[in-house]
Amino acid sequence: MTDWERRSVVRVVPPVRPRKLAKVPFVELAEGRLQGVVSSGSDIARVYVSSIAAGTHTYSCGTNNNRPCGGLTGSPCKHLQALVSEAALQYGLDRVARYLRVDVGEGEDLISRLDGAPERAPAAGVFSRFLRHLAYLELPDTTEPIAEMQWFPATRAVR
Amino acid sequence: MLGVQLAALLDGPVPGVAETLDLVDGFDDVLVHGLARVAEEQAGRLTAMAGALRDTPLGPAVAEAVEKVTAGSIGDAELALLAGARTTLLGAVHDARLGRFDAALGRTRTPWEPPPAAPPVDGPLGAGRSWLQELAITGWRGVDHDLVSSADQAVSALLGEPRLRGAAVLLDGLAAELRASFPVVMMDRVPARRWADLWARALLLLQPGTGGAVAAGVVSGRLLPLGVDVHEHGTALQIQVHGVLEPTDGSSARLVRASVAAAKVDTIVGPALWRLLDAHPVLLKALAEHRSVDLAELPVTAGGDLIWRDDQVTLGEPADPFATARLRLTDAHAPAVPPLERHPVRIAEPVLVEGYTIDGDVLTLDGHALALDLERLPDCGPLTPELVAASSACIGLVRWEAGRWALQPLAVQATVKRKPVEAHGGDWALGPTDPKVIKAEARAGDAVAVLRERAGRLLRR
Repeated sequence: MTDWERRSVVRVVPPVRPRKLAKVPFVELAEGRLQGVVSSGSDIARVYVSSIAAGTHTYSCGTNNNRPCGGLTGSPCKHLQALVSEAALQYGLDRVARYLRVDVGEGEDLISRLDGAPERAPAAGVFSRFLRHLAYLELPDTTEPIAEMQWFPATRAVR
Repeated sequence: MLGVQLAALLDGPVPGVAETLDLVDGFDDVLVHGLARVAEEQAGRLTAMAGALRDTPLGPAVAEAVEKVTAGSIGDAELALLAGARTTLLGAVHDARLGRFDAALGRTRTPWEPPPAAPPVDGPLGAGRSWLQELAITGWRGVDHDLVSSADQAVSALLGEPRLRGAAVLLDGLAAELRASFPVVMMDRVPARRWADLWARALLLLQPGTGGAVAAGVVSGRLLPLGVDVHEHGTALQIQVHGVLEPTDGSSARLVRASVAAAKVDTIVGPALWRLLDAHPVLLKALAEHRSVDLAELPVTAGGDLIWRDDQVTLGEPADPFATARLRLTDAHAPAVPPLERHPVRIAEPVLVEGYTIDGDVLTLDGHALALDLERLPDCGPLTPELVAASSACIGLVRWEAGRWALQPLAVQATVKRKPVEAHGGDWALGPTDPKVIKAEARAGDAVAVLRERAGRLLRR
């Protein structure tokens, strides 16, 4: 075993970079997709669920109650574009490209390198993951010591 | 910490520690491959671990569990025993290292006295346990999307019970690491010690009869903060304030900690973290303004953890942490470590170091070298490697990790451009004070407020 394998504290999850959350409050690389939730530009109570599958690059966009996005006409809509650019801010372009299995050359756009077609993906799962994500902020805090957090020191990201 | 104390701390290995850690490695390697496929070599490692515990009360039960597991019978009870055996070994390593520290620094530690039994938590423990069982059978290399996702339900259930928060944040943190490591089978190397640590700790926390922290009594007096240690993963934040308590009853000063933890999401990072703790203004103000706090009958655990209650604390006079460290730290009594928390990762002893030189991530004091843990300088505060490098005095936590001692800086006094400066990890508790950081924060917008608005609008429909 190497020293790294014998350490109790190592960073396994790469740091997430801060970004503005108003337009795209939720982005994740999970379940074999880049997926997330994009706030509607016109209706404050409406959100779009957008996703791109790793490998095939098929993409999908619709409201949280499963109405297809009107902007989806043979090419990724503005919601998908926002999703991709915010994901690149949050995770770094390399990590997103690696997850989606896309080669992005110097000076190239990730979205222009996607060669998939639109394909309806169910929005409910992603939306409920977003609600679960938001529910963390509703949990009460606790002043009982959590010894387990010793395994998770706050570390320095690149500023 | 003086040069001679550091020399005593570093004075050769503690007998038995390396051998004990080899046994732990053996177990950790078994979890990499999974209990479904215990080859002869791995069976030998489990037997060796059981052998080391032969003369302890756990011995016979562990030996029997190893026999069953290697024969393919992998039940709840057997896994609990294996986790217990591994925890016992690391507990011994913890005791040996902490004993060395106390002897080197002449630190007086209060002996452990069991607190009144905690009422057991009647919570959803089974779902988490069966997830851990699946992981152990599959092994880290065999983990797939479905197995990771199946943790979500167990985590959500545990989060609903505040006294099980420790188990919940552990499982959630482990699941996030597995998710970020996909596909594990393709990883060059697996963080074997770390994941086995998290696995074993979670399994013990989820045993029936588990309880939360229990107060062993109450204390009144003056809390003089030394510094703040920040813990964080994607969905959890904890700040732990280390300080010296001067009890009103005239008994000796003691080292204590005050902790506050909040749930978060991964996009809340950096100075915005403090916003999650704004229900505790006295603690935040004491950190940002370097002030003492007066405590009125605050519960305290036998492990020296204050259980913070905002209506039983008042903000006190200005109290310079460096003055506290110089005047009160040497004589303050250290608390005992609760039996279940004995693990090398738990060693975090506050010290003051002065009159050293720094080269990169090594501090040298009177010719003795101590590693600096510069990774642990959180983004929510002003400490940077440059400030540490320019420092002449440092309040820090001595830790033992990766087979060596290291110092985690919590506060420094430094000279920058020929001017004396001071930086403490909690300086930004009420908001950043560095104009550049304030500007960057303003550009990024208020993540906490945006998400709370979204939560308010979408969760209650």
